[in-house]
Amino acid sequence: MNQARIRNFSIIAHIDHGKSTLADRILELTETVTGREMRAQVLDTMELERERGITIKAQAVRVAWKGHQLNLIDTPGHVDFTYEVSRSLQACEGALLVVDASQGVEAQTVANAYLAIENDLEIVPVVNKIDLPQADPDGTAAEIAELVGDQPERVLRISAKTGDGIEALLDALVERIPPPGGDASPEAPARALIFDSSYDQYRGVVAFVRVVDGSFAGREGLRAMAQGTRFEAEEVGFFSPTMRAAESLGAGEVGYVVTGLKDVSRLRVGDTLTSERRPAAEPLPGYKDVKPMVFAGLFPTDSDDYPDLRDALEKLKLNDAALFYEPETSQALGFGFRCGFLGLLHMEIVRERLEREFDLDLLVTAPNVAYVVLTKAGEELEVHNPAEMPAEVERTEEPYIRASIIVPKDYVGPVMELNTDRRGRFDHMEYLSEERVLLLYELPLAEIVLDYYDQLKSRTRGYASFDYDVIGFREGDLARVDVLIAGEPVDALSLIVHRNGAYARGRALVEKLREEIPRQLFDVPVQAAIGSRVIARETIKAKRKDVLAKCYGGDITRKRKLLERQKAGKKRMKQVGSVEVPQEAFLAVLNLDGGKK
Amino acid sequence: MSGARHLYVHLPFCSSRCGYCDFVTVVGRRGQHRAYVDALLAELSLERETVAPRLESVFLGGGTPTFTEPEQLGRLLGALPQALEVTVEANPETVTPGLATLLRERGVTRVSLGVQSFRPHLLEVLGRQAGPDDAGRAVAILREARFDNISLDLIYGIPGQSATELEVDLEDALALEPEHLSCYELEAKPGTRFTHAHGDEIARQAEAMETYFERVVARVGAAGYRWYETANFCRSPELAGGRDLRSRHNLAYWRGRDYLGIGIGAVSTIRGRRWRTTPRLGEYLTALAARRRPAREMEELSPEVRRSERVLLGLRLDEPLPFAGLEGAFDWPAVERLEQAGLVRRREAALELTPRGRFLGGGVTAELLA
Repeated sequence: MNQARIRNFSIIAHIDHGKSTLADRILELTETVTGREMRAQVLDTMELERERGITIKAQAVRVAWKGHQLNLIDTPGHVDFTYEVSRSLQACEGALLVVDASQGVEAQTVANAYLAIENDLEIVPVVNKIDLPQADPDGTAAEIAELVGDQPERVLRISAKTGDGIEALLDALVERIPPPGGDASPEAPARALIFDSSYDQYRGVVAFVRVVDGSFAGREGLRAMAQGTRFEAEEVGFFSPTMRAAESLGAGEVGYVVTGLKDVSRLRVGDTLTSERRPAAEPLPGYKDVKPMVFAGLFPTDSDDYPDLRDALEKLKLNDAALFYEPETSQALGFGFRCGFLGLLHMEIVRERLEREFDLDLLVTAPNVAYVVLTKAGEELEVHNPAEMPAEVERTEEPYIRASIIVPKDYVGPVMELNTDRRGRFDHMEYLSEERVLLLYELPLAEIVLDYYDQLKSRTRGYASFDYDVIGFREGDLARVDVLIAGEPVDALSLIVHRNGAYARGRALVEKLREEIPRQLFDVPVQAAIGSRVIARETIKAKRKDVLAKCYGGDITRKRKLLERQKAGKKRMKQVGSVEVPQEAFLAVLNLDGGKK
Repeated sequence: MSGARHLYVHLPFCSSRCGYCDFVTVVGRRGQHRAYVDALLAELSLERETVAPRLESVFLGGGTPTFTEPEQLGRLLGALPQALEVTVEANPETVTPGLATLLRERGVTRVSLGVQSFRPHLLEVLGRQAGPDDAGRAVAILREARFDNISLDLIYGIPGQSATELEVDLEDALALEPEHLSCYELEAKPGTRFTHAHGDEIARQAEAMETYFERVVARVGAAGYRWYETANFCRSPELAGGRDLRSRHNLAYWRGRDYLGIGIGAVSTIRGRRWRTTPRLGEYLTALAARRRPAREMEELSPEVRRSERVLLGLRLDEPLPFAGLEGAFDWPAVERLEQAGLVRRREAALELTPRGRFLGGGVTAELLA
């Protein structure tokens, strides 16, 4: 197709602002799917996505509109997937920025709009859900216009639910978004951006690509430029909305390449494909390795499930390039994996998929962030696990984020107080409307990975909208707090905290553990320590009696069964030295209410 | 192979049912006492093969054995085989001079009185029929009939029972100078009406009552009794003219001996098989009227199970448990750990619990077993 008649675009929106419904209406109106095929939210394929209303994997669908080819590139809706969002945006020339008329601009809208602007996309602002009784289309249009620097009259008004305004939206899209600008000549060296990939057990790795220059055909020798992986394309094609094979994909077009590769790690998202026949000299810009920032230990509750967990992680990794894992051995929890995630939501999704799709029963330790440590010996280390933090360090750096928080103006005080408690640095405040305020803060990521979200929600009665992106590493005065149970250090309970808060954290932690660990047959001291200095101590007093009062001829079987149950219950405990610690205790650090300062 | 030397006879009849009781009991039914005794004797005759010609112990438990029509109780006692120890359980309010004479004449050597408490309001909570003075009167009557082996049952941890009230109950029991004392912590079984009525109170005082077991052991021990089993005490031989006053019958259970139980709901364990006779009175009477064995729930005890039970039961006693034949039942690193924690002691080829270990006997056993 002539590039002048191609439009590539994404839809960016906050969760629940109607992105998927809008995509469905576009497919319907362009007759890409018939009414009968129409399944609500066609583009969200995974069961989990459907349930949580989150789109994890990007996909691209081609539709036809008044002689034009429109490629809708779906993007994930949450900031944890910023990297995936920006890859998707790189494949587009424009974006629909969709905001719910009853909710207004949210923190996520701000973060994604900035991303789109950074990627030089033409933004088409849209107010959705104008059919709702509580909708405020004018107010919302004014907010968006303010955000993207456009005229309120140019903001489109639609209802994805009723279909109202969709036709005008498609027309505006063709009119406002520029066509692709690559070199379409047949002899041009071929280049395509891999913006996502998927793994099919029969066909191997399927790459989603945006062709920039030249063209790609099936049965052609191809090469991924950064990695140097060579393969023969088994098929090229596009989604409409299901896979349709094509002769070729030309410049400006979006589609898929079936690679036949059986190992997903051989084809990295962000890499550039070229053809062996007309190889390009330079790859496309924008390839960067994605770095996980949040880490947690994943352990099977039953140690026999370790091989199953390993297999499950391998399979997940096929479709989730951002997931990182390495084997971890904990004295307390046994064999498991230290996993790295883009953020908390990513962690939650991986955990749920492991439990749901792979039927695993997991113990997930409290999450921590990545640290960059300079040792006394002058060596630089990246530490993913508090237990691995060296005792003597020259300097420790921790990741910082820029947080965007939007709240009704009455809650500005409590939010500022929370951020100050969490070592936040105030950056900027702006009234989006008379009622709603945008606050920008810089915060250590470590301060939000535990219970920041819950705190923010409770202090603003659920009205706060929050989003963040990582802005880099900064030095911090940090200390490693270890926990000792009956004198034995418990690696899985170590944590890294800011030195000023160490005492209070340690105290809160040992108090929590005293509640969580059942009384044993002997006294059990629980201590928190920095190095060899004990900063807090509690004692779990021994039981005074544990005996079945009566046991005669008629009771023996029942008493024996009781004992067998008691023994079975202990299997769910983890042995720390001579102490039985219930698995729940390892999550104690997750919900420490006190001790923050 | 010789048969069981211990016989349990279940007499289920009671004048009323106590809230906390979970034994097989039948209220009233005086018209059926004769038929029931007939059935017991028929069952015993069907099991002739399984019992030894000479018995060591017979135990009549209930229910309230002394609530059984005296004529029938006498007939039963007369027909049972002789034994070195014959115990009958009795509720204090049922003990009359006539009953005492009947028991004495029919060869009963030991009476176990279900006193439970001496405090009127605690007896009421338990739903007992006896008044606070009945126990003393019953003991006096039994002494008059020359019974020299009387055991009292006490319950502690009764909803509303204070530590002082426990101490006073112990004083009152010791003042009667029984040869033997059994002290049980009240077990409130989930789902029972008793737990429904008193569960909140029990939960509220759980922490305070943690010390009651220690108090019982300390007080009864100080009075010269031997703490020979988790919940059982007997007057020390040096204070009892050298007599061993432990319950022979119950020792047989704790030492893993075979025993035959007859009557509804009774359990037998003989040669690696355990069975429980139907708890339904009608079914039991019908079967035995036709000289058929009543329905039974059968359990085969594997060698592993038998070993575990030997440990579970043997460690309730104050005598060391020999390892011989039980080596496979133990988790040896756990034994090591518990020894270091001062809860068990290894003595040559045997294991015993330390005093503190005995208070924690359940947890220690769970830990010890492989």
